[in-house]
Amino acid sequence: MALFEIENLHVRFDAKDGPIYAVNGVDLSIEENTIIAMVGESGSGKTTLLRAILGAVDLYNGGVFVDGVSISDRRANVGYVPQLEAIDWNFPVTVEEAVLMGSTMDRPLFPWFRRADRELAHEIMDRLGIISVSKRHIRELSGGQQQRVFLARALVGSPKVLLLDEPTAGVDIKTRDDVMHLLHDLNHQGVTILMTTHEINAVAAHLPSVICINGKVVAEGPPSEVFTTETLAVTYGAEMPVIHYQGLSLVAESPHLYGRNGSDTRTAHVHASDGLNNA
Amino acid sequence: MLEPLSYDFFLRGLIAATLVGGLCGLIGVYIVLRRMSYIGHGLSHAVFGGAVVSYVMSINFFVGASVWGFLSALLITLTTRKRTIGADAAIGIITTASFAVGIALVSRYRTFTRDFDAALFGNIMGVSSGDLIAISAVTLGAGGIFFIGYKLFLFTTFEPDVAKFYGVPTAWVDTTFSLVLAGAIVVSMQILGVTLIAAAIVIPPIVTRLITNSFRKMVLLSTSIGAFCGMSGVYISYFIDVSSGATIVLFSAALFILAITYSNLKSYAKKRRPQISS
Repeated sequence: MALFEIENLHVRFDAKDGPIYAVNGVDLSIEENTIIAMVGESGSGKTTLLRAILGAVDLYNGGVFVDGVSISDRRANVGYVPQLEAIDWNFPVTVEEAVLMGSTMDRPLFPWFRRADRELAHEIMDRLGIISVSKRHIRELSGGQQQRVFLARALVGSPKVLLLDEPTAGVDIKTRDDVMHLLHDLNHQGVTILMTTHEINAVAAHLPSVICINGKVVAEGPPSEVFTTETLAVTYGAEMPVIHYQGLSLVAESPHLYGRNGSDTRTAHVHASDGLNNA
Repeated sequence: MLEPLSYDFFLRGLIAATLVGGLCGLIGVYIVLRRMSYIGHGLSHAVFGGAVVSYVMSINFFVGASVWGFLSALLITLTTRKRTIGADAAIGIITTASFAVGIALVSRYRTFTRDFDAALFGNIMGVSSGDLIAISAVTLGAGGIFFIGYKLFLFTTFEPDVAKFYGVPTAWVDTTFSLVLAGAIVVSMQILGVTLIAAAIVIPPIVTRLITNSFRKMVLLSTSIGAFCGMSGVYISYFIDVSSGATIVLFSAALFILAITYSNLKSYAKKRRPQISS
């Protein structure tokens, strides 16, 4: 059953030289209990599409339906996780305070959180492995823990759908892997997940479905079928070599002559060789 | 030591400064965290324009100045949310234009009989019972609004865009904030003067930020430190015979120096602590 239906969606912004269509005729149907990523170059409309689902942008044409109800009639029960880069890390909030913000609208004009809100927040923090740092300031955490804080905040509203804006931006490869596994776990627990990302190879390695966006939907389906040189050329407007490795379609960057060791004759030294040998 | 308390005018000034200090400390938390530190300074200038306009139009000072301040605060908040103009620029344009209206009117109607010195430099010892009632009403009102809307103000201050996605009525929160801010500036102006309000708004939350990482503690501590500075400043000013507004600000600045020294020493001690390697 389709959880989201996006029909002929157009979102436009006024600019000096006339209107710009950030989303230009998107039709999409996303099934319940799926985990799917949107990829595309910066400015391709990925984030605008997320904001449209959240009801945060004016739709020029078309509609967004969640559970068969138009988002203009009723706000959807959707959890949103912003980009970590957009967070003010100097803001004085502890992990627990940040997570509890997800319950703000339960009883908005009640100055403190109920015991039930706190218990739910603690249960979710425990599930995501951040209960031990609940009293710490959000800046004092690792990248993976910081991502979990904002995932936890989204989950306290018990949403059916999680929207994540570039959850792996600016984190190291290990944290990226952890985040992807965590999202899979949440998906197995019944949460539908839609995210935007620039990490094409992480999508190929971890996700069953991908949508390529460039103002409109260029392609959708399993990454192994969608990631072709032709599709990526339309999505990104650039030639990108695709390598097939162990059933995965991985995208390489167009190599530079220097990168091919064209003139560099230096040899590599592995300083941690003892550790590597012991591993 | 207790001699000044036997004077009614001193007692009224002491209560007013304590309330205004706490009020500025409370509002300051939200202002500093929204990175709008200079809004206090700017709005007090804008309200000066409103005060002159209300005098020219024979409107009650509190009503005229509050409405003028509210509109200026709202305009700044809305302009800032547009993102193309930064908060500092929006404050600079709107409040100086508003101040200029006041100057223009003063120079046009040279027959002024009212003295605006109190508005410019503050006059704690001239606080009347009416002023005290207005200050108490605004302080209680602001405290009540921030208490009831604690969760809404927290989320809107932390992430205004995301708060909207979670259903928080951020436009209402911003409008309410502008209203409270304008009221606070108008009543504080009589006590501290246009020129010293900024310090009373900014210093207590900055001092508190240096000693806590929790929003709830920051709100409580900043309000208490603001009230303490207001009370101590007035009390000290009596004995050293210096302007009360200036003494409050200098006392707050001394606390800031103490707090930043404590914070630096703490970081230094943390760095020097031996690392235990496994």
